Amino acid sequence: MANLKIALAGNPNSGKTTLFNALTGSTAHVGNWPGVTVDKKEGVCKKGKTPVDIIDLPGIYSLSPYTPEEVIARNYLLDERPDCIINIVDATNFERNLYLTTQLLEVDIPLVVALNMTDILEKDGDDIDEKALEDKIGVPVVEISALREKNIGLLINRAIESAEKKREATSVLKNTSVYGAIENAEIAFKLREVVSPLFHAVKLVEKDGIEVKNHPHEAQAAEEFMQKNAKDSPFGGDTEAEIADARYKYITTHFSPTLKRARKKKQGELTKSDKADRVLTHRVAGLPIFLLILFTVFHVTFSENFLYLGSIIPSFGEWCASESENVFKAIFFSADGLNSPGAILFYLMDTITVTIGEGLASVMDGASEWALQLVVDGVWGGVSAVLSFMPQILVLFLCFSILEDTGYMARVAFILDRLLRRFGVSGRAFMPMIMGFGCSIPAMANTRTLADEKERTATIRVIPFFSCGAKLPILTAISGGIVMSFGMGNAEVITYSMYLLGMIAAVLSLLIMRNTSMRGETPPFIMELPIYRRPGFRNLMLHLWEKLKHYVEKAFTIILVSCIVIWFLSSFGWDWKMVDDMSQSILASLGKLLQPIFTPLGFGSQLGKWGWIFVVAAITGLIAKENVIATFASLAACLPGLAGFEGTEEGIQEVVFMISATGITIPGLISFIAFNMTTVPCFAAVATARGEVGQGKFKWTLIFWLVSSYLVGTIVYAFGSAFGGATWAIIASVCLLAVAVLLTIGIVWYGKKGSLKGMFKGRK
Amino acid sequence: MKKLLSDLKVGDSGKVVKVNGEGAIRRRLFDMGITPGVEIYFRKKAPLGDPIEITLRGYELTLRKIEASFVEIE
Repeated sequence: MANLKIALAGNPNSGKTTLFNALTGSTAHVGNWPGVTVDKKEGVCKKGKTPVDIIDLPGIYSLSPYTPEEVIARNYLLDERPDCIINIVDATNFERNLYLTTQLLEVDIPLVVALNMTDILEKDGDDIDEKALEDKIGVPVVEISALREKNIGLLINRAIESAEKKREATSVLKNTSVYGAIENAEIAFKLREVVSPLFHAVKLVEKDGIEVKNHPHEAQAAEEFMQKNAKDSPFGGDTEAEIADARYKYITTHFSPTLKRARKKKQGELTKSDKADRVLTHRVAGLPIFLLILFTVFHVTFSENFLYLGSIIPSFGEWCASESENVFKAIFFSADGLNSPGAILFYLMDTITVTIGEGLASVMDGASEWALQLVVDGVWGGVSAVLSFMPQILVLFLCFSILEDTGYMARVAFILDRLLRRFGVSGRAFMPMIMGFGCSIPAMANTRTLADEKERTATIRVIPFFSCGAKLPILTAISGGIVMSFGMGNAEVITYSMYLLGMIAAVLSLLIMRNTSMRGETPPFIMELPIYRRPGFRNLMLHLWEKLKHYVEKAFTIILVSCIVIWFLSSFGWDWKMVDDMSQSILASLGKLLQPIFTPLGFGSQLGKWGWIFVVAAITGLIAKENVIATFASLAACLPGLAGFEGTEEGIQEVVFMISATGITIPGLISFIAFNMTTVPCFAAVATARGEVGQGKFKWTLIFWLVSSYLVGTIVYAFGSAFGGATWAIIASVCLLAVAVLLTIGIVWYGKKGSLKGMFKGRK
Repeated sequence: MKKLLSDLKVGDSGKVVKVNGEGAIRRRLFDMGITPGVEIYFRKKAPLGDPIEITLRGYELTLRKIEASFVEIE
């Protein structure tokens, strides 16, 4: 016999995914943000008396037909008919959560209510009488803590027991003026043997779009029935309002009394969460705090002068510099000061990969020249370049996970909504965009929380501009190379401004799209702000572990294969014989063919004999962005006079060799970064985008990426070259920023003058 | 004149009388618990003045002024 199917349904942010993880031991993504689960996930739970299949539905507030998640959840419940529904209810937000429960009661599937976060409730001295609630709702109620895994076994066993029995659909609307119409429609549905007749009947009377379309005949009958009764109703036939009102009234009169408050909270009284919120979303301090937090995240991840201790205390800085000359102490100290946690992990990993590389070379001593090159340079050189970046990507990811789990990310949307609205997207779109800093793939999937189709497409297109973890190596290696070769600048500042550049490109693209091809009203922004919570250690570790697994898998599969392919193409000529000089190789001829195209971007024909390396690196980046620097590592070994060269820390050394071999200028290098940041993302992300935007728009999405990256690269190169000189990097970034700020102000001003008002006019 | 949720000042509270608007926005307001009779406390404005944050039914909700203007209160 097949396992019982149990579906998890509940509000966004009610702990549904945490419960799913607790039940299945899986590593589904969890976050303190309304709407993290956007697709349904499945897992097997072995914690009850028999194994059961658990289906995690997207978080929804209602079974209305307006957002894709609601439709997914609704269709699943009605079409797939699970054996039991576990409705997870956030006890700290009782009334609003039970609103969905009143709708689930109308579906004739066994239902169990899991009362979550009662531990938080009890901390305040409040208590819910679960027995009384069970009597009132008429289905089993189990108090649980998904985070602490309390009563998980009990919950699943009660769900199994319930699944074995049938449950009659019931409605809390029995004593309302609309119930006559509902009963009529229910009878009509029963005669036609429609499944879940009560649910369909209620939705029909609610004038639910999907229902009215599917059953026009019954809708007509219900409408006529309602017309007759309209004069008796205080809502004057506005059944949607009446039903919503009736549900909440029922909840407050029947369910709410089961919650015993230790003392009545005065309106405006501040809890700990409120106090934190007062600072974090402060009218004046809110925005600077956000920017500071963002900067701190990058500082903790990348800085080699942690907390600027080396600069603040010069004697300490000098001591660090002297310590950093020792190979092992250099893991902790740099020439500028103390390494940040991210940098420490990075150097640790780097030391390990370099040691392995040396070990490989000595083990293979005596093997033929080409085998040695294939393994040490081609394969290990590439893979280790990727692996050594893993620690920093994980630290960055951890920081974002913490911000998400605490509930701060939702506030960021609150703070930034007005700003983002100017660019035609809601504050909600900020979440997928910032997730793009980690990885474009989950970020693109997360756009499903956006109800508006055009907003969604526009957001998906700009997500790759939020430089993902895999693009980080490009940034660090090249900015490090610039500092080393030209003896100027600050790698951290370059990295930070490149992130900003990506964001500016995203904002400008959004503006252009939302005013041209993706024109549309600014979608509504009605969002719950969850209370601040301390992130669960286990959940954080689950996030990290999943990311780590994904990253290592990628390093040893797609990247390994492409490293070998690139090594082959770069070591062999068209006559299938190994070449002495790589400029005779297949790869070089391909690169040379495309090289002229990139001349306006500063890494084309002007670079001469070795210039094609940059073109080839950008092309291999289409497979995976980690490849760009991995390609440098593989190709550097082939540069004249560098035979037997092994990959080094961050790929900086490789970039330095590239710079001296090609004579590329700083603007050319920055333009190369900018091009890679805004161009077509990796294969995996392209595949995701294709699934999300649909066939028709996909072609245009690809064209958009190609055009935008070409433009951005050209502009950056032009700007940089115009200024030239030692301080150009900062000046160019400042100028680009200034242009962006001016444009923004211009648009805001223009928007105030009329065009945005016009956009809202039609909605009243 | 009708008083709207968007007319409230920070620290004010009021009782919902009616929800205007139509389609998805109106339904979303209902689903989030903004129904006639419910008490709403105007908690704060975002740093840029919009959206606003309100407390109702024991939780925090954020919405824009334009959406708040669909809600009539007393």
